Amino acid sequence: MEKKKISLAVDIGKLHLKNPVMGASGTFGFGREYEDFLDVNEIGAIVTKGITPLPRAGNPGVRIAETPSGMLNSIGLENPGLDVFIKEILPEIKHYDTPVIVNISAGTVEDYAKMAYALDIDGVDALEVNISCPNVKEGGIVFGTDPKSAAAVTKAVKGHTKKTVIVKLSPNVTDIAVMAKAVENAGADAVSLINTLTGMAIDINKRTVLLGNVTGGLSGPAVKPVALRMVWQVAQAVKIPIIGMGGIANGEDAVEFLLAGASAVAVGAYNFIDPAAVKHAADGIEAYMESNGICNLLEIIGKVKVQG
Amino acid sequence: MKKFVLTGQVVNNKQISNGIYHMAVHAPQIAEAAQPGQFLHVKKPDGANFLRRPLGVADVDKSQGTVGIMYRILGKGTTEFSRMAAGDELSIVGPIGNGFVLKDGQPLIVGGGMGMAPLIYLADMLKDKKPIVLIGGRNKDEIFWQEYMKKFTDRIYVTTDDGSAGVKGFTTTLLPQLLQKNVVDDIYTCGPDIMMRGIAKIAYEYGKTCQVSLEKRMACGIGVCLGCTFPGKQSGRRRKVCTEGPVFPAEEVF
Repeated sequence: MEKKKISLAVDIGKLHLKNPVMGASGTFGFGREYEDFLDVNEIGAIVTKGITPLPRAGNPGVRIAETPSGMLNSIGLENPGLDVFIKEILPEIKHYDTPVIVNISAGTVEDYAKMAYALDIDGVDALEVNISCPNVKEGGIVFGTDPKSAAAVTKAVKGHTKKTVIVKLSPNVTDIAVMAKAVENAGADAVSLINTLTGMAIDINKRTVLLGNVTGGLSGPAVKPVALRMVWQVAQAVKIPIIGMGGIANGEDAVEFLLAGASAVAVGAYNFIDPAAVKHAADGIEAYMESNGICNLLEIIGKVKVQG
Repeated sequence: MKKFVLTGQVVNNKQISNGIYHMAVHAPQIAEAAQPGQFLHVKKPDGANFLRRPLGVADVDKSQGTVGIMYRILGKGTTEFSRMAAGDELSIVGPIGNGFVLKDGQPLIVGGGMGMAPLIYLADMLKDKKPIVLIGGRNKDEIFWQEYMKKFTDRIYVTTDDGSAGVKGFTTTLLPQLLQKNVVDDIYTCGPDIMMRGIAKIAYEYGKTCQVSLEKRMACGIGVCLGCTFPGKQSGRRRKVCTEGPVFPAEEVF
């Protein structure tokens, strides 16, 4: 009997992905850093480190703390700024045979719009609008916790680009589905979730906080159940595609997110442990499909059974 | 330079001083590639820690295909490392970063605390030049590093904070005397920031080149998390300890 051909391809707005696994913003650099460990052309997409209108030095140290089943970071959006990204970095990464999604953060609606306009150029395949960085005011979190503001940013970005617009939502809200609805109504092509959960850690011997910025963003396996729940809730509330992330370490984790309603997923903190994790997660999804006789991702996406 | 992700087999893992261990791991690709001053990002597969730990390469035996790391028990992860035995597996990403630039002149190696570990491999690489070695510790129990350095030089000086061995004081107390007494061209140092800052200042006053090896918290080790960056003094740009360091010219740091 002929073996059925498995397709991992999926579309997010105008984006066509070979497979549904991306490297999450802030954990995948600009893709180049992973060339020793995997073929970047084979991954679903690169989501760049968050770019801001001007260069940012980030927060004072200590910026990283280990936590049970995860980590806290308070990097504070250190990045070279929009101009350097366009002039120096984009030319080096646009040749990849995989979509480049540029993550953008700003402090005002106008700045989001300006960045969207400036990035409406060859080599950029989509924008991920970060309204959820918990570590700096200018990271958009003020927009990420108020539905009206989130809608205003989304509308402004949509009005200044022809690219696919993905809005990255914060878990640090009372009801993430309300936020997702608000950006869907404002024209977002997709949503991605979750960004990190705000957390804190203390050294009891020194009686000091561990992070220079006091609080930081929690990521890693510790946040997976929260992220999965939020993806499922948002999937009930919106029709646009969801990119799910939060504690994904392998193909099995990724399949959970797809079943919960995500059309694609991103690996975040686990890239730090296994630099080929994005590839391994995609291979794991394929192995799951093969062993379950599934040919197309659409047979999995949102197909979790809820009893009762 | 190519980095590897691989699983190495522990050859031996033994306590070398109070709470300080040496682990030798069979990982021929890493042993072949590692330069003094570079580090490995290691993790016990399925271990208690989520993140890897950056540990300097302490020694290399290319003929056996082994690489050595040293660590002090500080928490859950290092306690777990200390219980590993021959045959156990260690996940390694490495070798990482830029190590020491080996200069032509007479070397002086200055180390404090666990900062001595990568300097052992450095001394090995510089042994033909008979490096002068200056070791600082709080007390006599912390200067066992002499045993390792003896293999590569007989010119070893010691300082202890309490005077229980060597000269009472810090490495910076003795350094000016050594520079006056000996011909020294290049200083290589690793240890607490405050010590390296002092060494760098004296090196500058005496017109010697000085390389410092930094230790910073990091998550990835490959230049993406930006947990370990600092503002470069001379370059004026943010520098990554993991991929641009951990060794820098002192003037870029202090």
